[in-house]
Amino acid sequence: MEANLSEQAKDSTVRRSKRKKGRGQPWILHFMVLPAAVMVFIFSYIPMSGIVMAFQDYKPALGFAESPWVGLKHFQYMWENDYFLKITGNTLFFACTKIIMNLIVPFVFALLLNEVRKMALKRSIQTLVYLPHFLSWVTLSGILIDMLAQTGLINQFIVYLLGTKPIFFLGDGNWFRFTVIVSDVWKEFGFNTIIFLAALSGINPALYEAAEVDGATRWKQTLHITMPSLVPITIVIATLALGNVLNANFDQIFNLYSPLIYQQGDIIDTFVYREGLLSGQFSFATAVNLFKSVISLILIAVSYRLAYRFAGYRIF
Amino acid sequence: MYHKTLSYRIFSICNNIFLTVISIACLLPLLHLLMVSLSSTAPANAGLVTFWPIGFTFEAYAKTFDNANFLASLWVSVERTVLGTALALVVNTTAAYALSKETHVFRARNVYLWYFVVTMLFSGGLIPGYILVLKLGLMNTLWALILPGLVAVFNIILLLNFFRGVPKDLEEAAFIDGAGHLRTFFSIYLPLSLPVIATVSLFMMVGHWNSYFDGIIYIRDTEKLPLASFMQTIIVQADMSKLDPEAVANLSQRTIRASQIFISALPILLVYPFLQRYFVTGIVVGAVKE
Repeated sequence: MEANLSEQAKDSTVRRSKRKKGRGQPWILHFMVLPAAVMVFIFSYIPMSGIVMAFQDYKPALGFAESPWVGLKHFQYMWENDYFLKITGNTLFFACTKIIMNLIVPFVFALLLNEVRKMALKRSIQTLVYLPHFLSWVTLSGILIDMLAQTGLINQFIVYLLGTKPIFFLGDGNWFRFTVIVSDVWKEFGFNTIIFLAALSGINPALYEAAEVDGATRWKQTLHITMPSLVPITIVIATLALGNVLNANFDQIFNLYSPLIYQQGDIIDTFVYREGLLSGQFSFATAVNLFKSVISLILIAVSYRLAYRFAGYRIF
Repeated sequence: MYHKTLSYRIFSICNNIFLTVISIACLLPLLHLLMVSLSSTAPANAGLVTFWPIGFTFEAYAKTFDNANFLASLWVSVERTVLGTALALVVNTTAAYALSKETHVFRARNVYLWYFVVTMLFSGGLIPGYILVLKLGLMNTLWALILPGLVAVFNIILLLNFFRGVPKDLEEAAFIDGAGHLRTFFSIYLPLSLPVIATVSLFMMVGHWNSYFDGIIYIRDTEKLPLASFMQTIIVQADMSKLDPEAVANLSQRTIRASQIFISALPILLVYPFLQRYFVTGIVVGAVKE
């Protein structure tokens, strides 16, 4: 009987230690990654192989195997095409202006918000300014088209206050650019302050106390403590933004533009959509897109390298 | 103390007023839209409505909810949001759990991680993706709106960073009690990670609700269009070819357009308070990781 019991106890410790070893078994972990890995393979890696069509004259009826190879024909056509240079310029203009504005405005806004001492007021302001970020460009452009129309709210104010003619915001190239930049800043500046506010809350209060003792005014404190503390995170954001200089925000442009202002408002992504899906130039559109992806990839690689070098930033 | 000086007090008052004005400016366009939708047709078309309804009426909303096209689209959006978020949660959290393990526990971890991250950096682009959906026979189905974006690598990284912060002792204890990985995941990691899971699922829901482009390129039948795509077609592109004549007549009314835009934005406004509570943590975890 006693022997039996001790046998059982021994048995269970053996089993337990086996289990303990068993937890290192990775098969169940493989099983857990599997669904995501399969989906990524189908919907990300297979389309990547579809890039070969940029070097073909792809015909849906012939498929990838049968379509004739044309080498760099589409890329050559792209480079000789004045319109392509124009939209690349537009893309760079929109993306760079937005990057700069979306750094400066949130930076200043975070500094001002930091001076609000009434917590209730501060929280209400935050709630309101974060909101536009979550509305889609479809909704916003529906509102903007209505408000910026010739008889819309904004033009009514302009006519009433300035006595000028109504402005053709979405129909004139320069005003279109202006509208795109301002509406983008309006939508995103609040959300972009979050990261600065997080950095502000990390500043050691002892620094301010010491400055106070030395008789520094609040402005001096802002200049010599607050602003320098925000420099590292600003550098990280600016560097990482480098990967986005060819992303002018398809959703926004697509929902606001019209053939009237293609010369100043068309960007690479909208061009790819029109050429590829509306005109059926599958190969040419893919070539344009591939060009953009490759440049972006290089820029992302460089920007992460730089962000790591200068600020020790890593994503994981 | 600096905040007792006169100049700082003056600054503080001006600053508070300035910031209040700015934050109200973020709300005004939505408010104007709501007021137009609640006004009667004539003053709205004449552009008399600013920030208060003129001839208050719910007529525009009544007509909107009478519109079969609009209701069908509303339902498609609900379907894709619920189904898409649920599926994505299952797939992304399980993957994130496995990838949150150290290399000595899960040797293939780094390989998988790079396998996922590569797709964040480079993609085949619009046309190959479109051809794939076509070849898979997903065209004009709900699955075309759900499957291509099911795995969101950014969300996986957010989740795995959070999972890594769960104390190792809890996991050890579970293993000693004989739990396997699946059991540990469901009984320990998931309950402890509710805040980040709430953040991620709210992001997914908002993403699904707002997503319009996939509907435009993959869906052909008007009654299968999700709401965002429906709105994009009729309001932004002003393409009425897909609608019945009665609906077209209705849409020429500014109040009805406004009511439709407002209803499509309403779910976002409703989840927003919850979203706001969680996303700050989420963003900070994802962005300023030490």
